[in-house]
Amino acid sequence: MSSLPLANTDLLWAALLIALNGAISLTFGLRLELSLALITLRMVVQVAALGVVLRFVFLQSSPLWTAAVALLMLLIAGYELAERQERRFRGWWAYGLGNTTLLFASGLATLYAVTVVIAPNPWYAPRYLLPILGMVLGSTLTSVSLVLQTLAEGIERERGAIEARIAQGGTRFEAFAPLMRRAMRTAMTPLLNIMSVAGMVTLPGMMTGQILAGADPVEAARYQIVLMFILAGAAGLGAFATAVGGVLMISDRRHRVRLDRLAPLASSWRPF
Amino acid sequence: MLRIDYLSIGGLPPLSFEVAPGQCLVIEGPSGSGKTRLLRAIADLDPAEGYVFLEGVERSEMPASLWRQRVRFVSAEPAWWAATPRAHFPAAAKLDRLLAALGLEHMNLDQPVAELSTGERQRLALVRALADDPPVLLLDEPTSALAATNAALASEFIKFQILAGRIVILVSHDAVQIERLASARLHLADLEWPHAPDSVAA
Repeated sequence: MSSLPLANTDLLWAALLIALNGAISLTFGLRLELSLALITLRMVVQVAALGVVLRFVFLQSSPLWTAAVALLMLLIAGYELAERQERRFRGWWAYGLGNTTLLFASGLATLYAVTVVIAPNPWYAPRYLLPILGMVLGSTLTSVSLVLQTLAEGIERERGAIEARIAQGGTRFEAFAPLMRRAMRTAMTPLLNIMSVAGMVTLPGMMTGQILAGADPVEAARYQIVLMFILAGAAGLGAFATAVGGVLMISDRRHRVRLDRLAPLASSWRPF
Repeated sequence: MLRIDYLSIGGLPPLSFEVAPGQCLVIEGPSGSGKTRLLRAIADLDPAEGYVFLEGVERSEMPASLWRQRVRFVSAEPAWWAATPRAHFPAAAKLDRLLAALGLEHMNLDQPVAELSTGERQRLALVRALADDPPVLLLDEPTSALAATNAALASEFIKFQILAGRIVILVSHDAVQIERLASARLHLADLEWPHAPDSVAA
């Protein structure tokens, strides 16, 4: 299988389309042109660097290099997760909870994928492990961050009802059950939406890539289906672990609701 | 016997007192003096330094949910976790009696909580609190949203609970109600530090 190589001039032709976006922003005063320029630059650097790094790591095919890149990906995902939260936990837990469940769910799903499902030889072959980890991280990141957000918003709005149930002698998990259920449903919804239109409205990203790279579409479809299952598993696991962990943190051992463990509202939008 | 030992509520000197079964301690004080915080601390709903014993057992010696099955806090603005009142009550035979005692015998328990009046909700909160028979009641202005006749009915209901041997701590601004129910009174604004605060710390 092979794909048509892209020359640098091809990249420039494609960049014209981004320039068009900039022109629209200028014409209609959207004031997005600066962000657009910076983000474009950032994207180009990120993706190009990724290509170079992956080529290097693929050539090495050493477990150590693979582990190093995987760790870096986990760290970046964890940072991104913490930045996405509007209401965060105070102190160390601002990063602790989301990162722990993100690591747990995506690590488990990825390991399962490369040892049992796809099982390349060796199982840590970076050509399989790293792209799978990347996609799993993306999907788990969304689900974990939706759970954290739903919990944080819900606890403030429903504090009275939750405390009423606790005052009535209920345990924290009884009292938080409706909120946990809603958080997990919210977290699973994007994936359900993606799965329900995959192949109908959208051509899934990985399958598109494989087809462009010259793979047999049926074979690409099999890969895509397997990948969807892995992504769903990771997202569900991450949502569940985060919901349980979130409740354990937002309440204490005496089952008291501890809003003081949430940091004050910080709203910031940053291009970087 | 409910015994409070050196319970620290922010801004107040450490509190120590006892309430025996069949007694009602009325807590008074201006807004913000710590009445609600005191009740919440006794129910172990907020962290607070000090000790609370029920029949000689400290709250920390018992699972939190078990403690609150016995020491029942009733908020001045009761909140509801399900859509209808019925979902909040255990299926108990005494439910009808409790409802009737508060003038709610004709209430439709399957209508949405949101459609009930504030007064109805406040009386239902008393029913909810009593449905599983807790020995201790911590009532935060339980009749604040009730019209005069219903308030009197609710006061009699509380009186009956005291006579039945429950331990009641009541926060109230209603002079008639206080006169009718109080076995003892504690005014939070009148408290004095037993020693200078810094010598307590030493």
